[in-house]
Amino acid sequence: MTTYHTLAAENLTLGYGDRVVVTSLDLAVPPGAITVVVGANACGKSTLLRSLSRLLAPREGRVVLDGKEVHRTPAKKLARTLGLLPQSPVAPEGITVLDLVSRGRHPHQGVFSRWTAADDAAVAAALEATRTTDLADRAVDELSGGQRQRVWIAMALAQQTDLLLLDEPTTFLDASHQIEVLDLLTDLNRDRGTTIVMVLHDLNLAARYADHLIALAGRRLHASGTPAEVLTEENVRTVFGLDSRVIEDPVSGRPLVLPIGRHHVRTAPAAT
Amino acid sequence: MNAPAAARPDVVQAVARGRRRRASRRLLIVLTLAALVAAGFAVTLMAGRTFYPPEDVVRVILGERVPGATFTVGRLRLPRAVLAVAAGFSFGLAGVTFQTMLRNPLASPDIIGISSGASAAAAVAIVSFSLGGPEVSVFAIVSALAVAMLIYALAFRDGVAGTRLILIGIGISAMLESLTAYVLSRAAEWDLQEAMRWLTGSLNGTTWQQVLPVLGALAVLAPVLLSRARDLSAMQLGDDTAAALGVRVERSRVAVIVAAVGLIAFATAAAGPIAFVAFLSGPIAARLLGPGGSLLVPAGLVGALLVLAADFAGQFAFGTRFPVGVITGVLGAPYLVYLIVRTHRAGGSI
Repeated sequence: MTTYHTLAAENLTLGYGDRVVVTSLDLAVPPGAITVVVGANACGKSTLLRSLSRLLAPREGRVVLDGKEVHRTPAKKLARTLGLLPQSPVAPEGITVLDLVSRGRHPHQGVFSRWTAADDAAVAAALEATRTTDLADRAVDELSGGQRQRVWIAMALAQQTDLLLLDEPTTFLDASHQIEVLDLLTDLNRDRGTTIVMVLHDLNLAARYADHLIALAGRRLHASGTPAEVLTEENVRTVFGLDSRVIEDPVSGRPLVLPIGRHHVRTAPAAT
Repeated sequence: MNAPAAARPDVVQAVARGRRRRASRRLLIVLTLAALVAAGFAVTLMAGRTFYPPEDVVRVILGERVPGATFTVGRLRLPRAVLAVAAGFSFGLAGVTFQTMLRNPLASPDIIGISSGASAAAAVAIVSFSLGGPEVSVFAIVSALAVAMLIYALAFRDGVAGTRLILIGIGISAMLESLTAYVLSRAAEWDLQEAMRWLTGSLNGTTWQQVLPVLGALAVLAPVLLSRARDLSAMQLGDDTAAALGVRVERSRVAVIVAAVGLIAFATAAAGPIAFVAFLSGPIAARLLGPGGSLLVPAGLVGALLVLAADFAGQFAFGTRFPVGVITGVLGAPYLVYLIVRTHRAGGSI
């Protein structure tokens, strides 16, 4: 069934123009797991994701997939193993769900090659997995935010990659749709063994859904490991500059971060 | 690779059915457009001041001598009709390419100054340097590429934003058009008809010498664009998404720009910047086909049809003869106003 791929960054330095965003970063993505990248705003999370998927060439170091350097792999070949859903993809005006999801088949098609039964099967599977089958003939611009995000994920699924990178897939969604999207990604991971790497803003959702957590701070990898290992009060302070208490989430048993601001704090805080 | 997760057979069938339905509808529309172009072409050859029946036209095309028809059809109407189809197809194809790539209907080469660049260069080459034939085409294509590069460079700031590029293009276009007007005003021996060619586009007095370079450019450059149709569809989803789907975005963009600018330049060097054809063809094709599929071929056919019909109407529908560009200009201007009003209402900056 699924082949597990090893994706790793070695001594990676990334930047735009003369601005360096990430310095000498080493990381290994655990195969078959859900990895979540967290960090303060503008700490290079998206930049890291773009570089892992060949969109940004590293200044130094390299990204290696199955022992081969990603930036030397032919674009289409790579796109059959590794998919990326960027933060704000653009849907052409009036395009239908079926057409948009079908564009995920691009890396499997030649310049003039015909559409095949395998393409139909992949698109159907993607629609089903994201429960968007009933939306197939609707225009993408008339869908709700949650439906639209599911459609974009369906497009990435139609690409049929064993590795899927997502940049903040839950932004702009309300609470129930955030959970819906993250549950869907967890299903994919458990049912098909898809390796997932995503950037999330919400620490508590990250703690709940990640098997492996990566925290970036000060252009470097600050901590990585299980959510319990990474989400300590000390790490939250260094990474986000935020005081907090970390307790056990009564629902999931994972860590739950309770931020401590200047207001609404009991004057005699419970003993730590 | 993922084994395709077992999709329910009825879902697979629904997907396949939906796709086939779209594909056959698309094929029907494209074939209808092609038939209309063929019919328009035939009518243009037969009808005019004098009517020649189809058998006379066919005999002329096969090289037989038919008194009267050999000159009128063979020397006047045939090159003119071939240029109408070839230039119209070039404008439509190049126009929709730019509109798709920049995700904006205003971003067509005749709005953002590329056609004016080619036109100004052709006018300067002919009037000021007394050049002719292939030199004019070369001059036009080099200038059009230079204008494209200039607009791109001026619009570049952390990547190219469509709106900035369009506004800069409109400004450049105005400057180039005034250059054309200046050059023509200095050329005393030029008549109004010839001046109109470089201001709005005209097919008057078309000779085979003008037509052949356009056909050659189309034969070479159209396949280049068509081979990038899927890349263009992916690039509509944003550069990052396209790259994630395995498109070499920069490489594709350069290939597409050079090919589209080439088509515009060759067609403009022969027929002038036939107003608004590049601008109108894509949106008309999109209206006919609906969203989703590639618009390259349909827009080319719409362009060919527009030029054929507008040239025919310009010659015979009114008391005076108008060059083709005057007719397409009258058609295109209201649409431009409509687009600007619509985007303004939607809260867009342009």
